[in-house]
Amino acid sequence: MNGLRIGAGGRAGLGAVGLLLLLAIWQASVQFHLVPPGLLPAPTELWAAFVSEVSGGFWVQAIKDSLVHYVAGLLIGSVLGAGAGLVCASVPLVDALTGGIVRLLRPIPGLAWVPFAILWFGLNNVGATFVIAISVFWINFYAAYGAVKSVDQELYEVAAAFGHRGFLARLHYVTLPAAMPGLLAGLRTGLGQGWMSVVAAELFGVPGVGARMMQASSLLATDIVVVYMITMAGLYALTDFLFGLVRDRLLRWQG
Amino acid sequence: MSDMTSLVRVQDAGLSHDGGKNFIFRHVDLDIEEGQFVAVLGPSGVGKSTLLRVIMGLIAPTEGTTTLSTAREQTGSRRSALVFQDARLMPWRTVRGNVELGLEGLGLSRSERRQRAEEALELVKLSAEATRWPRQLSGGQRQRVGVARALTVNPDLLLMDEPFGALDAITRKSLQTELLAIWQKTKKTVLFVTHDIDEALLLADRIIVLAGKPASVRGDLRVGQRPRDPSSPGLRALAGRLRSLIAGEEDPGNTPYWQAAEI
Ligand SMILES: Nc1ncnc2c1ncn2[C@@H]1O[C@H](COP(=O)(O)OP(=O)(O)OP(=O)(O)O)[C@@H](O)[C@H]1O
Ligand SMILES: [Mg+2]
Repeated sequence: MNGLRIGAGGRAGLGAVGLLLLLAIWQASVQFHLVPPGLLPAPTELWAAFVSEVSGGFWVQAIKDSLVHYVAGLLIGSVLGAGAGLVCASVPLVDALTGGIVRLLRPIPGLAWVPFAILWFGLNNVGATFVIAISVFWINFYAAYGAVKSVDQELYEVAAAFGHRGFLARLHYVTLPAAMPGLLAGLRTGLGQGWMSVVAAELFGVPGVGARMMQASSLLATDIVVVYMITMAGLYALTDFLFGLVRDRLLRWQG
Repeated sequence: MSDMTSLVRVQDAGLSHDGGKNFIFRHVDLDIEEGQFVAVLGPSGVGKSTLLRVIMGLIAPTEGTTTLSTAREQTGSRRSALVFQDARLMPWRTVRGNVELGLEGLGLSRSERRQRAEEALELVKLSAEATRWPRQLSGGQRQRVGVARALTVNPDLLLMDEPFGALDAITRKSLQTELLAIWQKTKKTVLFVTHDIDEALLLADRIIVLAGKPASVRGDLRVGQRPRDPSSPGLRALAGRLRSLIAGEEDPGNTPYWQAAEI
């Protein structure tokens, strides 16, 4: 097989080329009226919208507001989700007891919780945190559950043979390190899901990027909507990149 | 016979994975004296690895009892340690980290653990690989890490499940010599499973043959003087006897070697 081989640098370069192509097609289709006017802002109009958002102070403020409940919701949802998945997967009694509950709650999207979030916590950071935490919870729950279930059972025997028996020793010597790749994969998916939930969580007026986007969209200011879409994509890319660094460090053994 | 020095006592032990319908082995009686080097021979699948696990306490016997009567729980050592048939390293630990596994929880300082691990790695000639990951090692190297991991906890009972089976002849020879030297120095009790009759004859004081279905102890032979030369006529005769025992035949008896050819 002599297929085209693409190195890491080549991939990044080609990725940039793809993005530029998209922008070019987008620009051309607006400029040459391939799409009816008003439906789509041209990329060149975005800069002005961006500058006005930044100079008005809205942009930085929105990011700051969103980050507060994004980070809090992510942390709470990830820790609780991974913890619950871990316990369910390693304690058969808990697994059996929670099986029905999990099946009942799992299909409910984060958005459906918004009324309760408002009712219980109000239109504030806590409510938004709650909605984000719930959507991140399930991702981490299943990631942890699957990761723990697929731990090589023979390694528990190795730990036992060298004196590490009992729940906590097994957890420390085998379960956690063996499940780490799966746990981290869950965290990483949650990182993206968290940003998506930010929009849902802010839908009803909790300030932030999502709320700003909703305001703009109610005024049909599509250029501002797109500015915040790109902002979110950028924030996601940044968090994902930083997380990737940590993960690579933790999973050096996988090579 | 002599209760005082019996380190391992297996009494009428049986093991079944299906609640007593089929037994892997049954009615196994075995007494191992402290300091003895015992080899276990037997056909593949007969239950040698399982017996080691039962003796070590990793699996409870379905019938009978096994006791490991070590007098003391010395600091820095464990009652028993096992070299697994397949190396079974923890992929997220470096070579040295794997060797340190059994040292953790023994109240040793970090530097003591590290020093002990380095010594054990030196013994199996893997000092240069201390900081590598298991995935970067060859099969034989992994197996040697497994040997170092067991030796380093200074166990009263060292259980070895075909530890050198996957190694090349030269490495095997050198590790056999090393193991004998360690054994002679420390007088550790060793229970050593092998497929290789010559290896058993070279190393062991005593050779147990496990055969049958369900398996039981079909032969229990003493081997004399050291150093040994497995190609000597006496040991060749013993080898013949062991071969027929492993095949499940009746013990042809303690045939003098000059008659062995006639069997
Ligand atoms: N968990 C299990 N459940 C049911 N049967 C098992 C289980 N583990 C092992 N066995 C069976 O027990 C028998 C003995 O296995 P064991 O690994 O002890 O054999 P062995 O003598 O070590 O063989 P080898 O020389 O090939 O390593 C085998 O027939 C195997 O199929
Ligand atoms: Mg075996």
